[in-house]
Formats: sequence, structure tokens, C-alpha cells
Amino acid sequence: MVAKIRAEDLEVFFEKRKFLGKVKLEIETNEILAIIGPANSGKTTFLKTLNRMHDLNPEFSMQGRVYLDGQDIFREIDVLTLRKRVAMVFALPLPLPMSIYDNVTYGPRIHGIKNKAQLDEIVERCLKGSYLWEEVKDRLNTPAFNLSGGQQQRLCISRTLAVDPEVILYDEPCSGLDPISTAKVEDAMRMLKQKYTQVLVTNNTKQAARISDRTAFFLMGELIEIGPTSKIFTKPEDKRTDDYIAGRFG
Amino acid sequence: MNAKQIQNIMFWLMAAITVLIILPVIIIFSIIIFNGYSALSPEFIFAIPRMGMKAGGIFPAIIGTLYLILGTMLFSLPLGVLAAIYLTEYATENWLTRIIEIAIVNLAGVPSIVYGLFGLGLFVMFLNIGASILAGSLTLAIMTLPVIITASREALMAVPKSFREVSYSLGASRWQTVSKVVLPNAIPGIITGTILGLSRAAGETAPILFTVAAFYLPKLPASIFDQVMALPYHIYVLSTQVPNVPERIQYGTILVLILMVFIMNISAAYLRAYFRKRKLW
Repeated sequence: MVAKIRAEDLEVFFEKRKFLGKVKLEIETNEILAIIGPANSGKTTFLKTLNRMHDLNPEFSMQGRVYLDGQDIFREIDVLTLRKRVAMVFALPLPLPMSIYDNVTYGPRIHGIKNKAQLDEIVERCLKGSYLWEEVKDRLNTPAFNLSGGQQQRLCISRTLAVDPEVILYDEPCSGLDPISTAKVEDAMRMLKQKYTQVLVTNNTKQAARISDRTAFFLMGELIEIGPTSKIFTKPEDKRTDDYIAGRFG
Repeated sequence: MNAKQIQNIMFWLMAAITVLIILPVIIIFSIIIFNGYSALSPEFIFAIPRMGMKAGGIFPAIIGTLYLILGTMLFSLPLGVLAAIYLTEYATENWLTRIIEIAIVNLAGVPSIVYGLFGLGLFVMFLNIGASILAGSLTLAIMTLPVIITASREALMAVPKSFREVSYSLGASRWQTVSKVVLPNAIPGIITGTILGLSRAAGETAPILFTVAAFYLPKLPASIFDQVMALPYHIYVLSTQVPNVPERIQYGTILVLILMVFIMNISAAYLRAYFRKRKLW
């Protein structure tokens, strides 16, 4: 299988301090890759490199290469196009201060879609994609901030779907959610598998075990091990992976 | 004395001093209202001055001040907001932006008479606009710029960084992010800051002294290249330059200016409260 995203010897620095060292990793098309590891292991740093969110930070510098479909994301792809193709869902639900409808259509409108019928179609399809449609279809024009935390996070997933990405990055998307909302977000991720490549950074190893196809374990800015989730959680090759999953540290 | 008694004494001392602070405001307002309210009448507000300003109304001065407020806003609002957007959203921190920031702080500290002379030198004489609404508005605009820039920057910075990140993460450009997410949420702060800056400009005398204000011009301006009367300068003229002006006309004129400034400040406070109530995050 051809890798959707390929990182080659990726190193990331902030103010010359190394946060990520020589990461070599392939993400396959339509898989859910979970990235686990303790705090400061570099997992979020890695994730945010994939859609160049670090570009906003003047202290950021990097070495190595990251390829999306064989194209270098730092040299051959325009950053705005990249972020449309590799979209992101953040740790906290972050609706924009506008209506539910406007949140979902924000991305499409940015990318030039103005036709009302087309936007209506996108809103319905994307809200259904994150299992939110039934709960909000009668109040699309109310402020997004009136939704509950779990609904807000699913709205954020809809908003991400609306730019029609190829890859979706999740940065601990359920860290602020209760178990029921978490289950709904996970259901949404499972359903989205058919169409999207998904990368999930999570502090919840059980969540990684529940929904991912493969799991990568990061520690102190290094990729320790990557493999099929069932193997990582039962017979990891590295003792440190075993220790982390068993809860002996981190 | 024990700790409790000292605490009581300190409490009453500080409370008394705090009350003293509002005393001057109350005294000034009472004197002006007491002496000036009898002058207020439709005729006083809507008539031109007569008999060498010893009778009649102050309509040209009111209109002049309104024109100056409008002209000042026209120049300082777009310039100030664009500069604030550049400094907050685009500029990286380097020696140039630091110099610009220091310049803005210093611009705010320049005495107003210096602005007046600067306006006289640059707009009236060098650019040969002559004493006019245009020259006066430009001079007041420069004086108001630092207030608007500072207020706008604070309003822009108060918009959570996460909103920008969300926008960028969906592939928006910097300008799309600024115009669709950041600016709409900063507008309340920008509006209130602008009103406060303009209300200060409305009451200034020194900057308009040589650039626009007419001593006695009992007619309305025909174009922006005309001189006008303006309330602050008119007050100065009435109280020091013309003998035997009835006191109620002097106080009445002051009352009108204070009311104008007061209305602007109150509306700024009201708008701020209104937007805060509607704020979504």
C-alpha cells in the first residue's frame, strides 16, 4: 500500500531546542493511526507538523522531509492548500463565535463556494458525518457556543469535513468530553474511515486500542515503536512501550 | 491602638479621599449647569452669533466642531485600524516594530500645542491647504491616532488566539482570518476606543487654534477648505478676548461642549456594555 503521508528523518526545534528527533514514519491511506505517549513526548508536535501549524510560531525550525502523496509539504505544496487537504481537530472544542451553519460553511466559503444550495448540502452532509445533524437540524442559525461540549467537538469535526480534506488530524479530541460524548466522537471516526486517512493523538491508551488500526508510541521526542494496534497492545517489541501501556510510567 | 482600630481609620481615610476625587467633577458640573442652563434654548443652539458674539446663538461653532469630529474620524479611524491590524496580526517583532511602538507611545505624550504648530507648519503652510476644516481635521487626526491604534490593538489582541488557529487550520489565509474572524470580534473595542479618542479631540483647543478655528465667522462653511468656528476656541474667545459677553452665554457654550463630550463618552460606555452582553465567548 502506498503511504498517504511519509515522514523522513523529521526533526523539529523550537528556539534551537530539539522537540522531535529523526522521526521516520508512514501513514497509510484510510487507516486510523493512533499516536500515544506521555506528556512532552512530541506527539502533538509531530501532528502539528503534518499541516504546518507550527509555521505561525517564529521559533519553529525543522529538518528532514514530510511527503503527502509523494509531494514535499514544505517545498512542493502551498501551505493553504496543504491545510485544506490535511485538516485538524483540536483538543478543546473550538467553535468560532458564529452560528452552527456559519461554522460549518466557514471553510467552504474561504475556499470560494458561495452557492447557497451547495452550502446547504455541505452543512447537512458534514453534520451527518459527525452524527450531529439530528441534534441541531432545527437550530442551525443559533450560536455554536450554545451547544454542549461534546456537540461542539462534533461540530468541529463537521467543520473540518466541510473543507473536503484527505487527512484528518485529531489532537486529543476527547480530552474534555464525558464518556458518552467520547463514544459518539469515536463512532464518527469509525464511520469516516471509508473516506479519510485519520491520525489521532490521544492520552487515552484505551481509546487508541478501541479505534485505531495501527499505533505509534512516542517518548521524549522519539518514535519508539509503530505497528498494528493489536500487536502494540499485546506483544510490543520495546520494553518502554510495554511499561507505558501497562501504566508503569507516564 | 489595636489592629482593628487602625484598619477602621485607614478604611474611612481612603473612603474619604476617594469621595474627594469626585468632588471637583460635581463642583464643575454644578457651576456650569447652574449658570448655563438658562442660556439653552433652540435659538441659542440654532442661531448664528450676533452683535460681536454678545448675543445670538452658537450654531456655527457647534457645526464646526461636528465637522471636525467627522473629519478627524474619517482620517484617523482607517489609518489607526489598519496600523493596528498590521502591528498585531502581521508584523513580527523586530527593531522596526519596536521603534513604531515607541513612536506611538510618544505621539500620545506630545503636548497638544505642538500638534497645533505642526499642523500649521505642515498642512496650512507647507502643503498650502490654508486654515481650513481639512487642515484642522488632519491635525486632530494625528493627535487621535495613538488612542485609536492602542485601543484597536487591545481589541484585536483580546480575540482568542485559538480562533485564529482554527481559521488557519481550515486553510484560510492571514487576511481571510483577519477579516472574517478577528476583526468582526474586535469591532466593539475599536468603536468604543475611537469614540473616546474623538471625544478628546472634540474638546481640544490648541490643535485647531492655527489650523481651522475662526475668531468670528457668523456663517456656515461651504466646503472643507473653509475656516469654521469651533466650540472650544469659541469658549476661549468669549471668556478672554471679547469684553462684556453675558455670563450665561459663556456658561451656556461651555455646557453645550461638555454635553457633547459627555454624550460621546456615555455612548462609548453603553456600547461597551451592550457588546459585552452579546459576546459569545
